[in-house]
Amino acid sequence: MTENVRDAGYDDLLDAIEAGEGFYLRCANGHGSLPPRRACPHCGTQALEQEPLPESGEIETYTVVHVATPEFAEDTPYVTAVVNFGPVRLTGQVRGIDPEDVSTGLVVGVGVEQTATMGERLLIFRPR
Amino acid sequence: MTTVRVAGVGLTPFGVQPERTARDLFAEAGLAAIADSGVDRDDIEALLYGNFMGELAEHQGHQGPLMAEAVGLDVPATRFEAACASSGVALRQAVKNIRNGEADVLLVGGAERMNNLGTAGATEALAIAADDLYEVRAGMTFPGAYALMARAYFDEFGGTREDLAAIAVKNHDNALPNEYAQFRKTITVEQALSAPMIASPLGLFDACPITDGASAAVLVSEDYAKRHDIEATVAVTGTGQGGDKMALQDRGDLATSPAADKAAKQAYEDAGIGPKDVDVAEVHDCFTIAEVLAIESLGFFERGEGITAARDGKTTRSGSLPVNLSGGLKAKGHPVGATGTAQLVEMTKLLRGDHARSDAIPGASVGVCHNAGGTVGSAVVHVLEVVA
Repeated sequence: MTENVRDAGYDDLLDAIEAGEGFYLRCANGHGSLPPRRACPHCGTQALEQEPLPESGEIETYTVVHVATPEFAEDTPYVTAVVNFGPVRLTGQVRGIDPEDVSTGLVVGVGVEQTATMGERLLIFRPR
Repeated sequence: MTTVRVAGVGLTPFGVQPERTARDLFAEAGLAAIADSGVDRDDIEALLYGNFMGELAEHQGHQGPLMAEAVGLDVPATRFEAACASSGVALRQAVKNIRNGEADVLLVGGAERMNNLGTAGATEALAIAADDLYEVRAGMTFPGAYALMARAYFDEFGGTREDLAAIAVKNHDNALPNEYAQFRKTITVEQALSAPMIASPLGLFDACPITDGASAAVLVSEDYAKRHDIEATVAVTGTGQGGDKMALQDRGDLATSPAADKAAKQAYEDAGIGPKDVDVAEVHDCFTIAEVLAIESLGFFERGEGITAARDGKTTRSGSLPVNLSGGLKAKGHPVGATGTAQLVEMTKLLRGDHARSDAIPGASVGVCHNAGGTVGSAVVHVLEVVA
């Protein structure tokens, strides 16, 4: 990570999710993707529009991580999940539920919180 | 188009040797390959070299020329990087360069120094093969990424941790007589299941170790081999490469590896064979679930059937299609940038009949090597055949 420099697109998305205005990018052919993008990763179309991110998604797959990188050493054990929001999927950590109780299909909302180890922003999911 | 023959191969022992620099590791493997080949070293025209984490592990970029120098060659040298498929893509480029007539004799290989980083440092270095913004910043590790795929596979096709344990048990057993392997110790299903969890549902024994090592091979054109009376009975007859979205969240499906599907199809068509013609395979089993995805992508098993192949004995030494007779990444070790050409080395020896496990496949003439990068965002497949 580069200190004190924003990652255009990505940090904008995190800001938007924090403000309750999450979005994704929709191409002219209807494919969803996440910023920063100049072309749709699915079809190459360069006409991309911001669309509101659906309020909730379903956990598609998850893992309880016990061995982490140094940046997440004090966060363990934590749940990393891929959540299906329909047009796009997001990867983040599941909070607000015992790791043992997480299951595929669980309905969650997305937010932005800080890591325990470094205090960095990250995408998190909480059961809705 | 000339046939590309494997004239010589070389490996270092794979294992924990944190004090050895990558240049020392590659020098050992490269010089062994040249000695094994019988090729006049002055005939080597270029080095194609794979490495992944050199900047993080040794503060060393621009490793191509450094590695040519290490084996005493004054030739153009280029580093290839495709995460854990780094030397696999170097190999593919070498095959293409000989086929198109640009070269007759090439040195190809790879090296990786990892243990000097420690477990946390190596975990961090490996993680950069994932999408930094959307995966690494969410705490994704490589075991974690494969764990996500394992759970997706279980949900879609079924399967248990016991099925995965059978793969680890098989590959450890295969490595027993392999003098280059990191682990030469049998394990049991019970041990695998009771090992500490790394990223559920994957435990310690579902994961390959952190490995230091290097591998190399000398490839020559058919014409060169004939002119110089080089004995090279094994040829690379097919090559293929496939790609996929970088992040798991952007993939169509999390329980399959489409990049490997594409690489396999291309390699089979190139060689003019199909999966049923294959006698033996070395596949990228960085985690036990990866072997399942690999043998399904290679067309050896239908979707959902790869998970029980080891448990049912189909991919064991006495099975219909032995997989990872070397011990695989799981037991032989996985010095990431060296793994692609290490598979070539092991398969060449298996087919030549001078591998510790050649007895398992008497008369075998067709082998396949499958090398994956990241969470199979890159995949390279090669077909090797005995053409004597």
